[in-house]
Amino acid sequence: MEISVTVNGVTHTNDVEPRMLLVQYIRETVGLTGTNVGCDTSSCGACSLHLNGEAVKSCTVLAVQADGADITTIEGMAAADGTLHPMQQAFMENHGLQCGYCTPGMVMAATSLLKENPSPTEREVRLGLEGNLCRCTGYHNIVQSVLAAAAK
Amino acid sequence: MIPAKFDYVRAGSAEEAISLIGEHGDEAKFLAGGHSLLPLMKLRLAQPTVLVDIGRLTDLSYIRDAGDHVAIGAMTRHMDVETSEMLAAELPLLAHAAGHVGDPQVRHRGTIGGSIAHADPASDLPATTLALGATYIAQGPNGTREIAAADFYQGFLTSALEADEILTEIRVPKMAGAGWSFQKFNRRAQDWAIVGVAAWYRDGASGVGLVNMGSVPVLATSVSAALAGGASAADAAEQAVAEAEPQGDLNASVEYRTHLAKVLVKRALIEAGAA
Repeated sequence: MEISVTVNGVTHTNDVEPRMLLVQYIRETVGLTGTNVGCDTSSCGACSLHLNGEAVKSCTVLAVQADGADITTIEGMAAADGTLHPMQQAFMENHGLQCGYCTPGMVMAATSLLKENPSPTEREVRLGLEGNLCRCTGYHNIVQSVLAAAAK
Repeated sequence: MIPAKFDYVRAGSAEEAISLIGEHGDEAKFLAGGHSLLPLMKLRLAQPTVLVDIGRLTDLSYIRDAGDHVAIGAMTRHMDVETSEMLAAELPLLAHAAGHVGDPQVRHRGTIGGSIAHADPASDLPATTLALGATYIAQGPNGTREIAAADFYQGFLTSALEADEILTEIRVPKMAGAGWSFQKFNRRAQDWAIVGVAAWYRDGASGVGLVNMGSVPVLATSVSAALAGGASAADAAEQAVAEAEPQGDLNASVEYRTHLAKVLVKRALIEAGAA
């Protein structure tokens, strides 16, 4: 089935199998590998991206379901001149990553959270990131990063 | 994991969805948000040969004040139920429970109708709408019919919906100021409940729904009968498993689930205002 999807401002039109997952489409067809596959069972959040402005787990969305959608991945967060998104900057400044595997998903979930709740409490940040797992268990600095980004 | 092969068709209306599912027979399934169905398909626990995508039926996404009840379109997402100001006022138990489904990413995609039609006893909204005395509206080739939540859940992942029927609306009686509580016991924030309790209480009247306490969501009618007969919250909670048939799994034995249900029902009743 032919789908047309806008990814980070660029429209892609491709013929895809109905069973192709959105994360597979983004990584293998569009060629953007910043979105990671972790658990592949919608638990870990590593594959989080923005579908029409909201964070979703792209391992549990079919590419055909995203037909016509506007998608933003981690590659689309920094400005064209390379200036980091405030959330990326906050993760860097607050050591919000260790191995980095969960980081793209964390950044996408955190920016979606701040869109819905621009001034969250620490507890609200923790609850808002319940769908993202960090195997390094670096949650403390991740939460600090999100709070720092919210304060900017 | 990639699901097994299937054909994909997209419905533009409820009528078209019903006609498409009728055309493709028993091996076809409706796809709403996909957050229950797609994981099952990836694990080969479900292998429909055709998916009828109803995800674009935005006219089934609404929350309307209908006098003595609130009418919620089946395609309304969990996030919209969770954040609805009208539901916060009229059905705070339902809005609160919707905020405990999965995690924010799941709630951006999953729908109340999909969750109910999936009929998973471990899901939060089937037991919550059961406790609240909801009525579900099903549309089929011959029109619509009402199904009481108490008659809807017939077995594990099995509902009273016919293969060619689509769930279109959930009607939930307003709580009219009743006290309420939602208890969800799990080990990780985003997990299904090991045991969950949705309860409301007002002047001796009550509704208590149990999550993950059998092959179907359970209405704990013995608890409500005990409360109506003047029993204390603690004594009524002793009846928590009278209608349940808990099963053991990796998370909990039958004995542990039974214990949890009594403890959580007691907490829920006290929080909801029963003495």
